[in-house]
Amino acid sequence: MAVAVALQKKVAMTGNEAVAQAMRQIEPDVVAAYPITPATDIVQYFSNFVANGQVKTEFVTTESEHSAMSACVGASAAGVRAMTATASNGLALMWEVLYIASGMRLPLVMTVVNRALSSPINIHCDHSDSMGARDAGWIQIYSENTQEAYDNVIQAIRIAQHPKVLLPVMVMLDGFIISHAMENLEILEDGDVKEFIGEYRPERYLLDADHPITIGALDLNDYYFEHKRQQVEGLLQARKVILEVAGDYQRVSGRSYGLFEAYRMEDAEAAIVVMSSTAGTVRTVVDAMRKEGHRIGLIKPRVFRPFPARDLAEVLRGVKAVAVMDRSESMSTAGGPLFTELRSAIYELEPRPLAADYIFGLGGRDIYPEDVCGIFQRLLAAKPGDICSDPMVTYLGVRE
Amino acid sequence: MAKIFEIRWHGRGGQGAKTAALLLAEAASVAGKEIQGFPEYGPERTGAPVASFNRISDQPIGIRSAVTHPDVVVVLDPTLIGRVDVTSGLGNGGAIIVNTNGPASQIRTRLKVDGIRVYTVDANQISLDTLGKAIPNTPMMGALMRVSGILDYEDFMLSLRVQLTKKFKGKETIVEGNLRAVERAYQEVQGDDL
Repeated sequence: MAVAVALQKKVAMTGNEAVAQAMRQIEPDVVAAYPITPATDIVQYFSNFVANGQVKTEFVTTESEHSAMSACVGASAAGVRAMTATASNGLALMWEVLYIASGMRLPLVMTVVNRALSSPINIHCDHSDSMGARDAGWIQIYSENTQEAYDNVIQAIRIAQHPKVLLPVMVMLDGFIISHAMENLEILEDGDVKEFIGEYRPERYLLDADHPITIGALDLNDYYFEHKRQQVEGLLQARKVILEVAGDYQRVSGRSYGLFEAYRMEDAEAAIVVMSSTAGTVRTVVDAMRKEGHRIGLIKPRVFRPFPARDLAEVLRGVKAVAVMDRSESMSTAGGPLFTELRSAIYELEPRPLAADYIFGLGGRDIYPEDVCGIFQRLLAAKPGDICSDPMVTYLGVRE
Repeated sequence: MAKIFEIRWHGRGGQGAKTAALLLAEAASVAGKEIQGFPEYGPERTGAPVASFNRISDQPIGIRSAVTHPDVVVVLDPTLIGRVDVTSGLGNGGAIIVNTNGPASQIRTRLKVDGIRVYTVDANQISLDTLGKAIPNTPMMGALMRVSGILDYEDFMLSLRVQLTKKFKGKETIVEGNLRAVERAYQEVQGDDL
């Protein structure tokens, strides 16, 4: 036993603790933050590292999230690595500055602990906060568990700062379900993380007195359009960079990442597409129902921005029916954000799979394996040639 | 242990139900198990009924739902019985351990549920004796170890010492007091087959 303790590679941590550890190992030059539930622990743990002298980071306590993001923008424009963390209404308050960060091509990294937006006031998990920011020009990466949250934060640094990308990255984990839950994970050696992310040497930055530049200038109908197009180019390039970084990370950590995870999809006739922690529950159901002979699988998108539309369509080729589980409501009345993207992505498939949307878990409503079983049963009952489900959007577990 | 062993803790805000779930998860992790430890999320108020959960397994754990069909329920405060459905989802052969100075037979009568194993231990008195105040969460972990056998007892005590020493750096009396409390509850828990 004593030997087992000594050799234990895995450590038990909550999601927030794991993210804070990643930040300690990254040791950004600046962290500016304003705490908000359920992301508060991240900043709290990190401020301890600062106070204990474990990191040399300049820690800026701001009076709001708007200021926190503004301070990160300033620091990043000046030429250093900057990070922050937030959730829910905190992210909403950052709104205008999110677009400024991406428009100025600043490689910030921010952890978003997913939580419902007010009102009604709710502190629990759903994806309304980050989904609302999906068009802000940030790369978005979603994590299933504490291990992925840790791994994604470290990889995000490399993705953001890549010269072909130069875009801010948001890393998501589910509020409370992951942020406050203790799980086993493997932490890399400090030196390995430092080596993996490398030294930050931006090509151009504001405080480079020998090469003065202007950042954030007025840009009207003469060049604004070109700059937006270039942002899209950064996101297009990001697809390849994310995969390259994942490859490098696998060499250091032994853990592999892609744009999404396709689980038992080889011969699947029905699939559920779901992000973040719920993918764990769905995977459990896939294993159980596979034992009964059902050909079903799971697709867990990791990268939502850029949206890997063609890659997802390829893995869904030949699938009879697909259900998308959205943990947010877009209020379009035509399905949640993941559904509309995914459905559009499979439009060109021949034959086209049936697509159904399930909005679930808003405001932290729990989801159980039986709910997931029910979805698979409905998909398996679909007749070949059915492309539109009725209803197209189902509200799972809501009282009506 | 092929299946996932599930535990639900019931307590009142301030009694350490969340801490117990996290400490147990850490100790089980150090002992080489796959683990989950999480509280029932909500505004935390002193004295209000709260719950927390554990999953322990030899295999990776994917499920993220709350624990609805626990193998063992631990009740830190007997006044919750009748106010909170503490036996909810407890199947045939499941066990409940209640912190009380009364006998298990008395609790069985109050629970009005057949087919479950009922155990009691006076964790308040034990923690008063060993720590000087009523903090029932750590002794209840000792009782849980005895009733469930989910971890080797020696492994568990060694892991717990590691965790407590880390948590209470330089406060050896607290570490030793807690370990004694766990030890005593392990010995003193009583019930159907003990």
